[in-house]
Amino acid sequence: MAENWQTGGFGLYVHWPFCEAKCPYCDFNSHVTRKVDHARWRRAFLSEIARVSAETGPRVLSSIFFGGGTPSLMPPDLVGDIVTAACAAWTPANDLEVTLEANPRSVEANRFEGFRDGGVNRISMGLQALNDHDLRQLGRLHSVAEAKAAFDVARSVFHRISFDLIYARQSQSEEDWRRELSEALEMAADHLSLYQLTIEPGTAFWERDRRGALPGLPDEDRAADMYEITQELCDAAGLPAYEVSNHAQPGSESRHNLIYWRYGDYVGIGPGAHGRLGSGDGRIATEAWRNPGAWLDAAEAGDGTRITNPVPRDEQATECLMMGLRLREGLLLQRLQALDPRVASARARAALQEDGLIWERDGQVGATDRGRLLLNSVVGALLPDQP
Amino acid sequence: MSTPLSRIRNFSIVAHIDHGKSTLADRLIQLTGTVAERDMKEQMLDAMDIERERGITIKANTVRIDYPAKDGHTYVLNLIDTPGHVDFGYEVSRSMQAVEGSLLVVDATQGVEAQTLANVYTAIEADHEIVPVLNKVDLPAAEPDRVREQIEDVIGIDASEACLISAKTGVGIPDVLEAIVNRLPPPPEGDPDKPLKAMLVDSKYDQYLGVICIVRIIDGTLKKGDRIRMMKTGGTYDVDDVGVYRPAMTHVKSLGAGEIGYLNASIKQVRDTRVGDTITHEKRPCETPLPGFKPSVPVVFCGLFPVDANDFEDMRDAIEKLALNDASFTYEMETSAALGFGFRCGFLGLLHLEVIRDRLEREYDIELITTAPSVIYHLFRKDGERVDLHNPADMPDMTYVSHIEEPRIKATVMVPDEYLGDVLKLCQERRGIQLDLTYVGGRAMTVYDLPLNEVVFDFYDRLKSVTKGYASFDYEMIGYREDNLVKMSILVNDEPVDALAMMVHRDRAEMRGRAMCEKLKELIPRHMFKIPIQAAIGGKVIARETLSAMRKDVTAKCYGGDATRKKKLLEKQKAGKKKMRQFGKVEIPQEAFISALKMDS
Repeated sequence: MAENWQTGGFGLYVHWPFCEAKCPYCDFNSHVTRKVDHARWRRAFLSEIARVSAETGPRVLSSIFFGGGTPSLMPPDLVGDIVTAACAAWTPANDLEVTLEANPRSVEANRFEGFRDGGVNRISMGLQALNDHDLRQLGRLHSVAEAKAAFDVARSVFHRISFDLIYARQSQSEEDWRRELSEALEMAADHLSLYQLTIEPGTAFWERDRRGALPGLPDEDRAADMYEITQELCDAAGLPAYEVSNHAQPGSESRHNLIYWRYGDYVGIGPGAHGRLGSGDGRIATEAWRNPGAWLDAAEAGDGTRITNPVPRDEQATECLMMGLRLREGLLLQRLQALDPRVASARARAALQEDGLIWERDGQVGATDRGRLLLNSVVGALLPDQP
Repeated sequence: MSTPLSRIRNFSIVAHIDHGKSTLADRLIQLTGTVAERDMKEQMLDAMDIERERGITIKANTVRIDYPAKDGHTYVLNLIDTPGHVDFGYEVSRSMQAVEGSLLVVDATQGVEAQTLANVYTAIEADHEIVPVLNKVDLPAAEPDRVREQIEDVIGIDASEACLISAKTGVGIPDVLEAIVNRLPPPPEGDPDKPLKAMLVDSKYDQYLGVICIVRIIDGTLKKGDRIRMMKTGGTYDVDDVGVYRPAMTHVKSLGAGEIGYLNASIKQVRDTRVGDTITHEKRPCETPLPGFKPSVPVVFCGLFPVDANDFEDMRDAIEKLALNDASFTYEMETSAALGFGFRCGFLGLLHLEVIRDRLEREYDIELITTAPSVIYHLFRKDGERVDLHNPADMPDMTYVSHIEEPRIKATVMVPDEYLGDVLKLCQERRGIQLDLTYVGGRAMTVYDLPLNEVVFDFYDRLKSVTKGYASFDYEMIGYREDNLVKMSILVNDEPVDALAMMVHRDRAEMRGRAMCEKLKELIPRHMFKIPIQAAIGGKVIARETLSAMRKDVTAKCYGGDATRKKKLLEKQKAGKKKMRQFGKVEIPQEAFISALKMDS
């Protein structure tokens, strides 16, 4: 089972840290800057690809993902150069997926063709909401009309389009969401990411919530009801959930994100990017310098990574379980127990099965629909008591 | 000793909490120059952190004050600062026996309180001369005339010559000093040549010196080098030092009849010194010990368990150390299915319980789970044997029990008229029988016969809350009486939780059971499955609640960059669960064990 990390696939994540404005719910590594020296960034990214590929050796690259930040603010030729370099450094799969996250604005939509010409074949748009009041509340710069226009442009350029919505928002009723989601499903993308609003530490929303200035957020029961509405509508529209918050037409799942959830290998370059790389029998976790300036300096000096840590086998098991149970398909029990035989003990599994929270079939273990909604507790129950 | 008895005055101060006892003592010390101005601090005589924080006195303290009176003579004034709380009633009575007079300090804005009453009666029993002192007369709300009248009506002593003072500002303090000299009697004539007879008033442990005893000499003389015997405990010791507190320990050559001071005799444990014991010389003992000695008997019991089972050994050490210095505190090992290894501990009362628990947590840094306080029930078996039940978990099957008796108390509550109705309701709810009800100037005093069991837990909190803090309360034990008592068990997810079992009156069982189940439903977090919570007597369920299953606990976004952080969160979550106690599949937070028993209505 030593080669397990390879079975999850191999992808490249590229982090573009800049945004035009910081959203109040966002805890990602994003920065607002007026001037970016694109030539410097290009050299840094290309040198990182060269460095990492020397470390990984030859691999079949199944995905490249441009995330951020707002990567749709990148010059298309920079995107193209990175794709070209990656395809030269590793062997691209025949069905290589190249995804770029885009803001649904006309400025970015004008670059879509350029991105396509640079190799991007899938676009993921941050629509977030389909009414202007809520978009403003979420601190977004676009309007619904602008977003729909950008979406139409994307449709004319790309075959594979996903968009994000955030729900369980302030004062959003179950009916409001039902209506908004139905409208979204009519837009007929092949993939949807539907996230419940989470108030993350370190965000503006966290501070507001702490002061009691975020009234009307749903309680646990209402949030659960809204999640169930989401499953119901998406199933009916032929976009079933394949992960906690991700829905796709069968076959249109995000290949890149599946690498994470199947606990495969991924290289992360750019500020704050994380990676997991198998080497022989072990696994290492990498983390790049978070600050854009610091990363740039480090990358130019030869290595943008700040941390390179071996992941002990019990922690690999934890990560593998935590990620794998997010998927409807579940994960291979044998793989998990080879990493740490204490994880997912027969006793813990039996108790969870009795409560209808997990299933087991053909050596796979997975969360039931109810179990997926309680995933943190389910994973907790499957971990051994003594770390 | 050179001071003639006629120039000695021994006295104590009787006061309700916050009526200004410690402040008055501070002023007396300050005004007579007993302590240099720069060494003054508040609550001069209270040494323990807990005493200072809570403004209470737990250990008796004494201070010798030299006072040059207006008559031209210098007097030696010995103040014994006694504990005031009902838990330490016996200790108070011994301190009172050691002096001849008392200052009765009453807050002129509030009047006589129940605790004052209990302590002033102890003083009267000890034949004290009593000088009433009205404090806080500088405040606009002060009503000295009304309070004077109340003292005369309720306590029955003349208050026409009460001193009017403000301990805070110092107004009237010289009058108090003169009153001590002129109105309190000197100690009775003792015989310095008779065999030594001294009372052990209190003792405490000093980490450098060992056990220090506060003593009052009745007859004879005590000096360094004497070999002494404790008449009750039988221990014999060589006296290393005698002296007085000013309030720092000050060595003297000897202590004579009528005097109060300390003795240090290399005694290792406070447990070897019993409050009220008689100290005499080994070679030439006195014939009879002083009357009134009582060994202390704990009346309230509870289980103390370490939150972290790994702390058990540390906790055992800490408890043993504390017990060495507190003869009134008892302990024995207890095993609970719910809470693991711990101790069943006995205390003089609830304050005593809190003090010990605080000290264990604070001085020894051990986090504790405290189970519901309980009293000692007398169980009479059908074969006639009496069993003392300290722990509801030890209750035998009812088929072997003929009847159960519980301890009863006589409780006195003093309260402004407008809250009387709520107080009566509370006492009735707690199975009280009214013994008396009188009114004095806008205040009511009611006396109830109550089961101690109904009082040990949250009676005082409830009383404070229904009277907005205006009630005062005191009690004494009056004996045991039979009643219809049963053991109520609590089942969580069909498993009995021994630490939550309790004795209740049969007629109140449904109500308490319902309240417990509702409370636990709030206190136990939702789990991945639904949890029935039941109260039962024997096999019969009398109350039931269902805690519905948790519905949503999932992270919305988790991608490659989140793995490290989310993994750490999981580990943290797992560590947090260690603070919970596992019962079958259910995790119960520690605070539930005590909070579940608090009743809101």
